[in-house]
Amino acid sequence: MSNDTIIEYDYSVAKAFTFTSIIFGIVAMLVGVIIAFQLAYPDLNNIAGEYGTFGRLRPIHTSGAIFGFTLSGIFACWYYIAQRVLKVSLKESPFLMWVAKLHFAVYLITMLLAVVTLLAGITTSKEYAELEWPLDIMITVFWLLWGVGIFGLIGIRRERTLYISIWYFIASFLAIAMLHLFNSMEVPTALYSGYGSWMHSVSMYSGTNDALVQWWYGHNAVAFVLTVPIIAMVYYFLPKESGQNIYSYKLSILAFWGLLFVYLWAGGHHLIYSTVPDWMQTMGSVMSVILILPSWGSAINMLLTMKGQWAQLQNNTLIKFMILASTFYMLSTIEGPIQAIKSVNAIAHFTDWIPGHVHDGTLGWVVFMIMAGLFHMAPRMYKRKIYSKSLMDTQFWLQTTGIVLYFTSMWIAGITQGMMWRAYDEYGSLVYSFIDTVTVLQPYYTIRAVGGLLYLVGFLLFSYNMFKTATAGEVLEKEPTNATPVAA
Amino acid sequence: MFHWFEQRPFFFAVLVFIFISFAGIVEIIPDFAKQSRPTVGTKPYTVLELAGRNIYIKDSCNSCHSQLIRPFKSETDRYGMYSLSGEYAYDRPFLWGSKRTGPDLMRVGNYRTTDWHENHMMDPASVVPGTVMPAYPHMFTNITDMDTSYGEAYTIKHVFATPYDVDINGDGNIDVPLGTYEEAMKQALIEAKGITSDMKNQAIKDAVNAGKIPEIVALIAYLNSLK
Repeated sequence: MSNDTIIEYDYSVAKAFTFTSIIFGIVAMLVGVIIAFQLAYPDLNNIAGEYGTFGRLRPIHTSGAIFGFTLSGIFACWYYIAQRVLKVSLKESPFLMWVAKLHFAVYLITMLLAVVTLLAGITTSKEYAELEWPLDIMITVFWLLWGVGIFGLIGIRRERTLYISIWYFIASFLAIAMLHLFNSMEVPTALYSGYGSWMHSVSMYSGTNDALVQWWYGHNAVAFVLTVPIIAMVYYFLPKESGQNIYSYKLSILAFWGLLFVYLWAGGHHLIYSTVPDWMQTMGSVMSVILILPSWGSAINMLLTMKGQWAQLQNNTLIKFMILASTFYMLSTIEGPIQAIKSVNAIAHFTDWIPGHVHDGTLGWVVFMIMAGLFHMAPRMYKRKIYSKSLMDTQFWLQTTGIVLYFTSMWIAGITQGMMWRAYDEYGSLVYSFIDTVTVLQPYYTIRAVGGLLYLVGFLLFSYNMFKTATAGEVLEKEPTNATPVAA
Repeated sequence: MFHWFEQRPFFFAVLVFIFISFAGIVEIIPDFAKQSRPTVGTKPYTVLELAGRNIYIKDSCNSCHSQLIRPFKSETDRYGMYSLSGEYAYDRPFLWGSKRTGPDLMRVGNYRTTDWHENHMMDPASVVPGTVMPAYPHMFTNITDMDTSYGEAYTIKHVFATPYDVDINGDGNIDVPLGTYEEAMKQALIEAKGITSDMKNQAIKDAVNAGKIPEIVALIAYLNSLK
């Protein structure tokens, strides 16, 4: 096909995942706000009997945000970006189209079952891998279907060289497949013994080994769901939206391969001062600090892409979204290594500084980048103009304020609590009983919950804006274009 | 060099896989066997304790409570001896947690009693004013799923050679009996009655006398075993 022939891209699956991303986003953030208020006002735990306690709701918040909202967003962006940078339409292969639709169906069923089972308390207890074995198998199925889609589409591509975004999607696919398979090794007890619930399973690893495998998974599930595919998005959407070339190809190579090599080592920083061997803790700590290089490599590449074009921040809200996201990525990837230094970790571990760190990464970087991606895609998928630019601006400031309230309050709470736990008086006795270190946090928990609420309101504005764009936006004659240097 | 890979998806994917699997292989494999060796005196959980542990997991107690005492004076003063790898040998899954919204529970059996837990689980603020812990009244009415825990004990005994029905310390007695389903249920009921003799709630005592074990009893059996 010659270059001037227009390829008719198919967005049906991208639209479906956009929809689930928004729905799961609302659910996960709503639950997040509820459990944040529960910590400030514990009576809220008893609103729905055993199903409304913090313990039951927390995995729904984390899994909903990571595997509901973020994964949907990633898949939506994949089914949009991949066709364009590989120069091939999904429609050209009925098989790949069928795989993509099956991928969506299995994914959706898995996620709905996840909510039900977690509410019922059916959990393996492993963070971000709480789902029991039948659901683990379903995850494996939809993940492999995605893999078939990835390599299938690459197989029939017209553009010979794989664009940077595709690298990151391939890495995500392979890494999550490996991590999920090894961390979910479990024996279904009823199948083996013939007694009890068929959903129940027991981990193949025990104690320290289990912890090691789990945090190798836990840390890198964060890496390859919340970081790597999000970088894939920024590498595509920022140049497209700004009309600027990526600043440096060499820097993108260094950042990509550096990130892959270093990231997997850093899981050990979750286990500092635990019973895993000391050398592993030290490796985790050292590699976390080295991780600053590839992380900042990507982020700086993004900021320098805007060189000479900073005026766009004033007139294009999406550029504002993406620059904020890149900046929060920098903040988060310097904060993480600081927490991984042993002496800092001694104070920070087990405190609220950790959720604080997670949330400046997720709220500032992941959610903002996905929202920017979906906003960029919407006019091109629905052939309609964005419904309201001023709503976008309002949303931006509401959510930015929310994030700042969130992480500042959690920094203070975490360091306060960490210092109180280890305070001794002049006679060599501990100064505070544990409950003293809990009651002191009440104001910070309240501030955090309010910050989360602001963020949720902003997300609802986003959802409304997307909904109106899809249904009532001004119809576009042709796709909006920016002076774009990259393929498609 | 990298540009060559960027045009060949298969080799690109292979290179990516080498990069990401390297760390796992180097980190995980060398000490895997050593770390799973139990310390002297560490025993598997009884079926009742295992059932309590599964309730602990079901309500995600590990979201807010750690079970890992780090080697600092401020932690050993507060919670007891720092944790050793071998003490976790029979923990499937591990329950170290990642956040201490509440205190560490690794050795809670050393300093809290059945009576304390009974009050605390029903109304935490009655024993710890200012607490943010939820009340768990449903544990006083829900009946424990003992079958699943027997299935789990049976599975780990046969698949992972967890030492049930054997003499671990060489004193001539079986340390943790499991036996058949009927024997295990009888044993669990005896243990449950040991717990309820220290409890005040009459409904709980009646339930256990009638052969049913409310969740709170199994949970307390588990918490008391943490030492």
